Amino acid sequence: MIENRPGLKFFCHAMVLLAVLTVAFPVWIAFVASTHTAARMIEVPLPLWPGTELLENYRTVLVEGVAGASTAPVARMMFNSLVMALSVALGKIIISLLSAFAIVYFRFPLRMLFFWMIFITLMLPVEVRIFPTYKVMSDLHMINTYAGLTLPLIASATATFLFRQFFLTIPDEMMEAARMDGASALRFFWDVVVPLSRTNMAALFVILFIYGWNQYLWPLLITTDESMYTAVIGIKRMIPGGDASVDWNLVMAAAMLAMLPPALVVIVMQKWFVKGLVEQEK
Amino acid sequence: MSEVSIRNVFKSFGAVKVIQGISMDVANGEFVVLVGPSGCGKSTLLRMVAGLESITSGEIAIGGRVVNNVEPKDRDIAMVFQNYALYPHKSVYENMAYGLRIRGLPKAEIETLVQRAAATLELTELLKRSPRELSGGQRQRVAMGRAIVRQPAVFLFDEPLSNLDAKLRVQMRAELQALHRRLETTTLYVTHDQVEAMTLAERMLVMNQGRTEQIGAPLEVYTRPATTFVAGFIGSPPMNLIPGRIDAGGGALVTAGGETVRLPLAVPALGGREVLLGVRPEHLETCDPAAALLTPDINFVELLGSDSLVYGYLGADKRGVRLAARLHATSTRAHDGALPLRFEPENLHVFDPATGRRIEV
Amino acid sequence: MAAEKRAYFPVGWLPYALVAPQLAITLVFFMWPASQAIWQSLLIQDAFGLNVEFVGLLNFRELFADPYYINSFKVTAIFSVTMTVAALGVALVLAACCDYLIRGVQVYQTLLIWPYAVAPVVAAVLWSFIFNPTLGILTYALHTWFGVTWNHMLNGNQALTLIIIAAGWKQISYNFLFFLAGMQAIPKSLIEAAAIDGAGPFRRFMTVVLPLISPTTFFLLVVNIVYAFFDTFGVIDATTQGGPGQATQVLVYKVFKDGFMGGDLGGSAAQSVVLMVIVMGLTVVQFRYIERKVKY
Repeated sequence: MIENRPGLKFFCHAMVLLAVLTVAFPVWIAFVASTHTAARMIEVPLPLWPGTELLENYRTVLVEGVAGASTAPVARMMFNSLVMALSVALGKIIISLLSAFAIVYFRFPLRMLFFWMIFITLMLPVEVRIFPTYKVMSDLHMINTYAGLTLPLIASATATFLFRQFFLTIPDEMMEAARMDGASALRFFWDVVVPLSRTNMAALFVILFIYGWNQYLWPLLITTDESMYTAVIGIKRMIPGGDASVDWNLVMAAAMLAMLPPALVVIVMQKWFVKGLVEQEK
Repeated sequence: MSEVSIRNVFKSFGAVKVIQGISMDVANGEFVVLVGPSGCGKSTLLRMVAGLESITSGEIAIGGRVVNNVEPKDRDIAMVFQNYALYPHKSVYENMAYGLRIRGLPKAEIETLVQRAAATLELTELLKRSPRELSGGQRQRVAMGRAIVRQPAVFLFDEPLSNLDAKLRVQMRAELQALHRRLETTTLYVTHDQVEAMTLAERMLVMNQGRTEQIGAPLEVYTRPATTFVAGFIGSPPMNLIPGRIDAGGGALVTAGGETVRLPLAVPALGGREVLLGVRPEHLETCDPAAALLTPDINFVELLGSDSLVYGYLGADKRGVRLAARLHATSTRAHDGALPLRFEPENLHVFDPATGRRIEV
Repeated sequence: MAAEKRAYFPVGWLPYALVAPQLAITLVFFMWPASQAIWQSLLIQDAFGLNVEFVGLLNFRELFADPYYINSFKVTAIFSVTMTVAALGVALVLAACCDYLIRGVQVYQTLLIWPYAVAPVVAAVLWSFIFNPTLGILTYALHTWFGVTWNHMLNGNQALTLIIIAAGWKQISYNFLFFLAGMQAIPKSLIEAAAIDGAGPFRRFMTVVLPLISPTTFFLLVVNIVYAFFDTFGVIDATTQGGPGQATQVLVYKVFKDGFMGGDLGGSAAQSVVLMVIVMGLTVVQFRYIERKVKY
């Protein structure tokens, strides 16, 4: 830096460290809770340091689920979440790539109409069309199916715009050279556009995986069968109205498990994640 | 056979007319340069030959076959782009092989063709690299390699050297000439750089605002420009053009300001006519005041070393017609102010001021 | 949006086939339900759908005459504004600190961004556990050290505070990332010029950094408000479920509750339409901002 101010530097480090700890605090408490017995979890004050039941608790929730709560084992729910997150992320990427390619590289009648129809989906989040959408789903017999869980979420204006924006930066000559080489539109798409979009796809994948994994309202509507619950729904269902009979150690173990995959994706793919997020501003 | 013929071709984008009736026949194996200022339509014309732009009206034929509605890939042509348009994710080898692969050639044959083209362009060492790792000149060579590997009937170049620095441009120009001598493939080459056009072309098509100004060999275009546009575009600094009226005897030109330019040969046929008199700066030379044809008032000198550019006005007080002359470096020192100049009869050009067309004298 | 390619592929059936999947989903799951919501907002029907009557804008008139609905607007406003300001403020300070430090920024970034990955519902479950009226660690600490009794099941203000903390907690990491990226995009020479002009670190932040990242700030403002409006359904559902009373009854939660539990389809549809108008407004604001940015 320009000037040397040890005091200010110390202050900054202290602030950031404090924030790191504050941000981590709830997760630490959850982790601690997930390592104790159910009996310890009803004694006030609750523990601040890990206990001895870690393996037992995690084994219980993964394989058996939480006693008393009407949910499937967490392993099953995590599988459902994984299916949902992967289908949503990949589905969005694929259909957005295709439609952005059509909109950028062809000039066909109705092109702008299609463009605006895709754009409008931005203005129609699930929250504003809950019941009619539910009606459509039940008419199509998609309640409690993976298709019902994922299909309506894979339309994406954001991803389409992102790819469109990126395609516009590919020099026109690239496509002309490919035409000279004799490549058809699909061949050009597959041999040139898709490989060039890899970075963007990776960045989007991180964001969309998290988006899919963390969906709440939609699976809440679409899944009534506990074997179809996602992890996020399951955790909520483990806490009934009255709090007397909650096995907090097991609920927290389940919560830790539900947080793990998306957090890992963010940390492992941090570079893509940051790029993908910051790109949204453009 | 791979001659290209362009017959009365027009192109409009909406209401904007970009190409307004161009015709030209390019012989088999000929190197033709399309040259003109930016926006004159030369690139559009080239892209129409390539099949990247549709033809509004007229006809383009390659090898005797009308290709108006033929896809670029079926025209038996290859194109080199200004920004090279190399596939950034493919190696040099893959870039060159891609077109052959799409055509479904057997692997062994592709290998042979690519290796041969690479050897021609001294790219063999670079085949495994990615375009990112190449210098500008090397990328340019790869782009040419991609074109020659397919052994097309016609090469199309769209300002291929304009992204290179000056020194590299000169070197690549020489390589292009050598390549053409070896392959003898019909070539259409677009540039806005007159030096490139002069050095590369067997014939050139000078374009302006979508029209043909002149078609001819470089030296012919230089020595006998068909229009004032060509006179101004080819040559640097541009040809001096002096408006005025030829006197009754046809021995001198009188400008609107009353200045006189004596002509090195009498043109009695043009007596009394309004004309533009043209003479190139490099054709002017200093002389005794008695022998002077014109005597501009010099007010600015650029010393270039080998020679000097002097600028001045025909007529005092910086009014009248601006003139430039390219003189031997030593011959200018003594002159500031009035400078007597002469030129040879064969370097006299006369143009019609209304149409801009050349008048033969 | 005017950018175009110079050349195009010849059009056949292909472009239609390429957009077909996206369009099919858009039509079936977006356009059709949304138009249904609009249509239903003009109807009154009983819970079994046996008796349907067209009533025009009656549902809307009733809606805005309903004190609960007006209250819900107020709650949503307080919640969104407080959460946005808090999450932006904290993130801004952290980003400024990180930007000032050179060493350790990458590590700090990693340690601060992971909450983005936590589902809002899970965040809410964690915080409501910490603030559990009988067991919660912070409930205990507040009581023992400050003599404060915490029970968000009974106290409306505490309930609102809880959802602001739970919703804002994970938003800090998002805002932090954008602020840091914005600050690091400022050319070093500008900061150095300000330093040579005699501005200290704080002064530089206020007079150089803050104005230069204002586009980012504006973008985040819109994004955070959208988040507070729509993505916090899970937070409410997992913590207070709108209670106690109507204290945390935000608009999206009320639509859900009135429709699913109250069975008032017309009223709920009218609420959906109001929400649609709000999202449209926010989207337009956001895009005008992007357009403006592109121009300069």
